[in-house]
Amino acid sequence: MKTLLYILQKEFRQILRNRTILPMIVVVPLIQLLVLVYAATFELKKIEMTVVDRDLSPASRGMVTLFNGIPFFRVDGNVAHEKAGEELLLKGQTDVVLVIPAGFEKSLMREDQAQVQLLIDAIDGNTAQLIYTYCNSILFNYNKQIIANWKGLPDFNPPTEVVVTENYWFNPELDYKWFMAPGILSILVTIIGMFLSGMNLVREKEYGTIEQLNVTPVKKYQFILGKLIPFWLIALFDLALGLGIARILFDLPLTGSLPLLFGFAGVYLISALGLGLFISTITDTQQQVMFVTFFFMMLFILMGGIFTPVESMPQWAQLINHLNPISYFMRIMRMIILKGSGFSDLLEEFISLVILGVLFLSLAIWRYRKTA
Amino acid sequence: MENRQPVIKAENMVKKFGAFVANDHLNFEVYQGEIFGFLGANGAGKTTAIRILCGLSTPTSGNITVGGFDIYRETELIKKNIGYMSQKFSLYEDLTVSENIRLYGGIYGIPWRRRKEKEKELLRKLELEEARNKLIAGLPLGWKQKLAFSVAILHDPAIVFLDEPTGGVDPITRRKFWDLIYEAADRGITVFVTTHYMDEAEYCSRVSIMDAGRIEALDTPENLKKQYNARNMDEVFVKISRK
Repeated sequence: MKTLLYILQKEFRQILRNRTILPMIVVVPLIQLLVLVYAATFELKKIEMTVVDRDLSPASRGMVTLFNGIPFFRVDGNVAHEKAGEELLLKGQTDVVLVIPAGFEKSLMREDQAQVQLLIDAIDGNTAQLIYTYCNSILFNYNKQIIANWKGLPDFNPPTEVVVTENYWFNPELDYKWFMAPGILSILVTIIGMFLSGMNLVREKEYGTIEQLNVTPVKKYQFILGKLIPFWLIALFDLALGLGIARILFDLPLTGSLPLLFGFAGVYLISALGLGLFISTITDTQQQVMFVTFFFMMLFILMGGIFTPVESMPQWAQLINHLNPISYFMRIMRMIILKGSGFSDLLEEFISLVILGVLFLSLAIWRYRKTA
Repeated sequence: MENRQPVIKAENMVKKFGAFVANDHLNFEVYQGEIFGFLGANGAGKTTAIRILCGLSTPTSGNITVGGFDIYRETELIKKNIGYMSQKFSLYEDLTVSENIRLYGGIYGIPWRRRKEKEKELLRKLELEEARNKLIAGLPLGWKQKLAFSVAILHDPAIVFLDEPTGGVDPITRRKFWDLIYEAADRGITVFVTTHYMDEAEYCSRVSIMDAGRIEALDTPENLKKQYNARNMDEVFVKISRK
């Protein structure tokens, strides 16, 4: 026990003297939150629309005006032919082409129905879905207007209309930042913890200082804990810092209990740091640690549900995610922060994280060799 | 030497790295209180042997005891009883002199009061009192080596292993370093030292000379010089290596 204290004293001294680590601890969370949360957004702010109006009638113009009136639609010019519209779509200069065929108004008057065509750039399926939904609801409004104006009826209001009113729970304004911030924060503490601890251990190998420790009676677990505890504390500090910044900048609600959140973070970080340290016991240089850690981190982060919900991944991916500590932690963060979940709601995640933590940390201690 | 009690015993010590045999059936005994010189050219297998004896590496085969403990089963007991100074300076450069002493004193479980006394004495002896709160990174190499040696024997081990402790410093500094070695030997610490400086070989109680993984000669410097009809150890070494 005393030995561990001496080792910890040494580690903290070295960290506090390191001119790279200290700024990293403060600057990294700031930059990540400021840049990533704003940049990694799915919100549609602007839709470029091109109109191919082959009817050029009051009816067709009325439709275009309606689109024009929506703030995030930018109806950008009229082209005469579908071909020209398709060209723009191919070049990526427009998001959606609205084709109003010749005879649109006539058909509307005579037959009570007419068709328009929407060509949507669907490279990003999510965005295409959104554009389609927006356009659809605008066209629906157009229909209602026509019926009201031309048929001379008051605003079309059938007596038995079903009115759908939305109420979005846990994130009522659908603020994307609220969804992203907890995710980014979980990545942040992972990067800080995993990289710093792993790099630190392997640095002792590079400098040869580990040999001097290896000839002493220091216990393997004491050495590993000496590398774990400082960075565990630093990562928790960064979580607090990040939460503070997110609270101020995005008004991120902290619905659930903070002690619970930090308790979970503490358990999670043992598994993340354990993995980082394990990687550093099987590598010899900081470069190797970087590459291997980076590989796992990319895999874990992208599979962990930062952008796509884990539930909509294929079965095999969900199976892999059982071994992915980030996926548990990301869920925990969102559930506690946005939903206010309690311990009993997260029991399954808790047990999984404890198992992963024990597993990775034991692997690190087991694999650390005092004898080459 | 007076006490013919072996503290290190190696029988048929073999270390192979793939097809390469770094240590080829080494047999030697080191007695308590002696300064045992382990000589050989670069790549002769000195460092491999010393790393095995310190428990940093496992031998391929052979019966070896260090301080009476078995090298396979009792590595942690061995580590309590030995000190080691590696070829490459391996104290923490980003800690001060005093902080390094505190760390290793703490790890070896030296009580606080005792450590304070030892630290004071050590700093006085090395004339490092002024530099005690300076980072090691800024010290000259000669000082670093003396400090590394002093830290290696801080816990009064039975045996201290020195792997080319005086590489890269001037003859005067080397002389002073050997004064420290003699002092430690006087206190009853057995010294196992590798070197390729033949003048240093003269300072040893007994020396073994390694060549290409084998021990070619093992005796006191006096006897070796007689045996090879040489004026000094340098000639002995050259004669053995040319064989």
